[in-house]
Amino acid sequence: MTTPMVHAVGVRKSYGANEVLKSVDLTVGRGEVTCLIGPSGSGKSTLLRCMNQLEKHDAGELRIDGELVGYSLRNGKLYERSERELCDDRAAIGMVFQRFNLFPHFTAVENITIGQVKVKGRSQADATTRAHELLERVGLGAKANHYPSQLSGGQQQRVAIARALAMEPKLMLFDEPTSALDPELVGEVLDVMKDLATSGMTMVVVTHEMGFAREVADSVYFLDAGVIEESGNPREILVNPKSERLQGFLSKVL
Amino acid sequence: MPPDDEPVVVPLRHPWRWVSSFVAMVLVAMLVHTLFSKIPSGASVCHQHGATKVCGPAFQWRFGWNVVFQYVTDKFVIQGVELTLFVTVTSMIIGFVLGMVLAIMRMSTNRLMTGIAWLYTWFFRGTPVYVQLLFWFNISILYQSFTLGVPFMNSWHVATISSNLIFTVIRAAIIGFGLNEAAYFSEIARSGLLSVDEGQLEAAKAIGMTRLQSLRYIIVPQAMRVIIPPSGNEVISMLKTTSIASAIGLPELLYQTDNISARTYQIMPLLIVASLWYLAVTTVLSIGQFYLERHYAKGALRTVPPTPLQRMRRDLSQLTQYRWSAR
Repeated sequence: MTTPMVHAVGVRKSYGANEVLKSVDLTVGRGEVTCLIGPSGSGKSTLLRCMNQLEKHDAGELRIDGELVGYSLRNGKLYERSERELCDDRAAIGMVFQRFNLFPHFTAVENITIGQVKVKGRSQADATTRAHELLERVGLGAKANHYPSQLSGGQQQRVAIARALAMEPKLMLFDEPTSALDPELVGEVLDVMKDLATSGMTMVVVTHEMGFAREVADSVYFLDAGVIEESGNPREILVNPKSERLQGFLSKVL
Repeated sequence: MPPDDEPVVVPLRHPWRWVSSFVAMVLVAMLVHTLFSKIPSGASVCHQHGATKVCGPAFQWRFGWNVVFQYVTDKFVIQGVELTLFVTVTSMIIGFVLGMVLAIMRMSTNRLMTGIAWLYTWFFRGTPVYVQLLFWFNISILYQSFTLGVPFMNSWHVATISSNLIFTVIRAAIIGFGLNEAAYFSEIARSGLLSVDEGQLEAAKAIGMTRLQSLRYIIVPQAMRVIIPPSGNEVISMLKTTSIASAIGLPELLYQTDNISARTYQIMPLLIVASLWYLAVTTVLSIGQFYLERHYAKGALRTVPPTPLQRMRRDLSQLTQYRWSAR
């Protein structure tokens, strides 16, 4: 059996007295698309952010690609990983944010090259070539020299996806990628994500787009108040939810 | 031709605008007149008119423009300008670098670092720069020499230098102004860093950038937009503040013009000479600031504002287009 891409066992996270993740178990296979759904404040974004250590989990075992996240195990002891090591870990995981977070002082193509050059050590020429390929792939070849302020929300998010892909990640994390978009722009971003899923990318997507979850996801996890209430095949749990909470949640979002 | 029943539009009149414009123009005229007026110099001149000699009072510029013109390019004045510029630039560099470090320390999660940065700012902002200048100039009273070695181990040392060799007048001035500026600039830098959205740091981290890389490529360039306008103020303010270093004998611009007026008794013309130079440098700095702001506005505005030259060209081309169409 191959090791799963993401494997979480009993992951916990608190902010002070507020426990946002209460022992979460989750498995994401290679090449699979997993959607995390649930009401706001349920801990789905926090779980996602623990995966690339933008947040540090307090307890439990979180592994990506078989390796522990945030710690190294040596001689039976868990050593906290250094900032430097965390940077290397993050470079191998792509992340797309709700608010795009493109670098406003860089053009689209510069947004995509900066990480390649400064983190991966690629030459400027190679990075630029690759950036143009990726912009073509997300349908924005003509917008290479536009600044983020000159692009629509949907275009910005597609550049953000290209920026993450430029690092050749083994895993892509999406934190509500369409929640900040005007309704008519959601489709273009979801199309890019579907295309990415088809190409075999492992993806974890926090989303409120139930249509996307049903169509693309291999598995769906429903979180509520820091607990995974229900999980499984989207065609089963989104159509015939067993728990009352998921029934209640779906009746509100669908 | 409008129909007869359509009322005629009468534009609103602004009589007070005319009155205030007139008053302002009179005042400006008075200013120009007094600037270029002449007064009796106290001496008298005589002209030979045929056989008779006519004597009358001699006149001179009230503001002594001929003296101003004579000294504005004086060798010592130029030397003073050069030193003023050198001290301004070097102490601003110290201020910017140290101030940026202090701002980053202040925003650190390490409480000791924030504490030290706060204490530094508190001390250097809370005491007059003049006092600080005198302090560094007189440091040799406290320390006759400085030793490089292991802290608290007086017998282990590598090198020892006399204080008077380190703290020359010019270095005391640069260190004094630089350390003082750092305290002010750290607050400017901090406000700039705080103005950058937190998502930017997260996005930089998410592509694997270290903290230093995120600061250098992502955060600081965006913070510059907020940092530059008040920094321009600081540079101009520093340019003029350097004049108080004449008190410790730094031969900068004001020291040189003072020297000349002490010798020639031309107090006002030499103050004008100094003012003209300060104004000239300030003008150049302001132009530099405009282009720097424009550079860092990249991406923040959909279109970058035109330079004065571009604006002039555009206005001219519009004017010619207008004339063409008018034909």
